Amino acid sequence: MKPNVLIIIPAYNEEATIVQVLESLQQECPDYQILVVNDASTDSTSQLAKTTGVAVVVDLPVNLGIGGAVQTGLRYATRNNFDCALQFDADGQHKASDVNVLVNMVLSGECDVAIGSRFVGDAKMQGTDFLRRIGIRVFEFLSILLIRKRIRDHTSGFRAFNRQALQFIKREYPVDYPEPEIVVLLARNKFVIKEVFTQMYSRQGGVSSISIFQGPYYMFKVVISMIMASLRPREM
Amino acid sequence: MDRIQIISIFASLLIFIGVLNLVRRKKLKTEYSLIWLAVSLVFVIFSFWREGIDKISAIVGIAYAPSVLFIILLIGIILLLIEFSIIISKQAERIKILVQEVALLKLDIEKNKVADEQKKSENISKSEESETVFIEKEK
Repeated sequence: MKPNVLIIIPAYNEEATIVQVLESLQQECPDYQILVVNDASTDSTSQLAKTTGVAVVVDLPVNLGIGGAVQTGLRYATRNNFDCALQFDADGQHKASDVNVLVNMVLSGECDVAIGSRFVGDAKMQGTDFLRRIGIRVFEFLSILLIRKRIRDHTSGFRAFNRQALQFIKREYPVDYPEPEIVVLLARNKFVIKEVFTQMYSRQGGVSSISIFQGPYYMFKVVISMIMASLRPREM
Repeated sequence: MDRIQIISIFASLLIFIGVLNLVRRKKLKTEYSLIWLAVSLVFVIFSFWREGIDKISAIVGIAYAPSVLFIILLIGIILLLIEFSIIISKQAERIKILVQEVALLKLDIEKNKVADEQKKSENISKSEESETVFIEKEK
């Protein structure tokens, strides 16, 4: 039986990389369905994704932010009864050959959520500047404090969720900078989260969702929402 | 009654009645008017009952009595603003869900369209025949 897996690609103005990303995914994992969630891009991301014929493309009528786009994919996944949904960045940072590593971890029951992490094992923090490193360290510290679990790459957008985790997070998903908050929320509700090392390419196109000016706002927002997520009553 | 009292009675009554009128004309939902009504009512009361301000300032320990008015006003405004933030958050969440649903529905519709067109092109002659039969029967 074919594994019933959905790859969710949130894309906002990623015309430089989207085709390449889709083609590499098609090559590495032809059995999985690919869903591109076009977050009201102003460039030709949507048309390019459609012409490849590899992916189903959902066009959001207004820009919702990365979290809102991913959540659309999560809704699609639960509605169409997928066993596993995987989030994959459209900017070509992740390796398509790592997809199966995450999917297998989830499908084998090893964990509910698998996070592809840059920093697990011996890997040094390459390709990140000083400020980003501080931020990532703060998140790591917070996760130890709040959920007694050391998550090293909170900001990674490379994640796989099993059916139960999908059901849980499709209801509640923050709109902007959702990744660290979701980890806290899931861990607090007893989902098993595992990190695995995945290679990261440096960004091949597009711009980071966090510019230098948004840095302080980003940190403030994420730290507050992580703490708040850990204070909410358990739902499961 | 001196001039300032007449002015303040007039102004606070105007606000109070104005808010009520907005609710009556359905320009303002009742649930959102409650704080407005409470604050303006307090002002109506104090513009009639002038010693009230002095009494409250004596109880709370405020040296300059009129600043009691400012505090009441400030508390009212803060409450209103918090209420607005809550409403905005709720609406943002709802809009987000609506946007996602619209996008997913559009996808479904497109899928159905493609499927329908395929069917149509197959059955186009058949359906035309049956339609004419149907119309004739009606007559």
